[in-house]
Amino acid sequence: MIALGYPSTITATYYLILAAILFTIGGVGLLVRRNTLVMFMCIELMLNAANLTFVSYAKALNDISGQVIVFFTLVVAAAEVAVGLAIIVAIFRRRQNIVADDADLLKG
Amino acid sequence: MEAAVFFVCAALVLTGAFGVVLSRNPVHSALFLLLTLASIAVLFLELNAGLVAAVQIVVYASAIVVLFLFVITLLGVDQHESLDEPQPFQRIAAIVFGALVLISILALAHGNRWVTGAHSTRGQLDVARTGNVQRLAESLFTNFVWAFEMTAVLLVIAVVGGVVLARRSGHRPQVPAGGEAGA
Repeated sequence: MIALGYPSTITATYYLILAAILFTIGGVGLLVRRNTLVMFMCIELMLNAANLTFVSYAKALNDISGQVIVFFTLVVAAAEVAVGLAIIVAIFRRRQNIVADDADLLKG
Repeated sequence: MEAAVFFVCAALVLTGAFGVVLSRNPVHSALFLLLTLASIAVLFLELNAGLVAAVQIVVYASAIVVLFLFVITLLGVDQHESLDEPQPFQRIAAIVFGALVLISILALAHGNRWVTGAHSTRGQLDVARTGNVQRLAESLFTNFVWAFEMTAVLLVIAVVGGVVLARRSGHRPQVPAGGEAGA
């Protein structure tokens, strides 16, 4: 897959492996942490891993659309953060904490 | 040189990512997130994506991180996150699950080529005498114009939703009965 040792050129493979590792760290952090703010940051990590994948494919395939799609991902991330942080503020006003496990009113 | 830049930035990206997950204090998590985002912007520059790198700095590393820090200071989040798990197996299960995801991604790619498919179906990345910004704009306003309009709708919905959520929760002002119909 990749030759070990110091490479002369960085191919798309390196970027894709880095993005896979970053995505995994974000996913594990999302499952492990219980502070909702930190969970949101982990979602940002996962979105950035997806962006890195798009941009590295744009270079590997010599195709501009990979970079265009990053902008749409950015818009979705911005909208998600705006609405999500508003929800967190609303939860905090009502319950005085933002631990995810405490918001279990709908649990069966 | 290219390899050196890549490995330094990759190390910074992973350091920041681990810092986000492992920091006890949410403020430290936000600052580690800033480190990761800035390093990814450098990687974007390395990948001939100048405009995307600039937008990454302006939107992500400035606006979103500042928004996180603002909410942290607004809420005055206490620093200690209780470590006793309601489900003790959850943390181990999460780590095992993450390792499985990573191994399966890498194994799936190991037997195959990482990059397949047709090249330059939506326009080339490198064209002589046109910059990255011009190539992006041409593609965004021709091939992706419908999606571009939809992002405007999405942003409006998000702004309205954010205002409504932040405003109407918690202590609502004393309103005479029947005054809060609608919305």
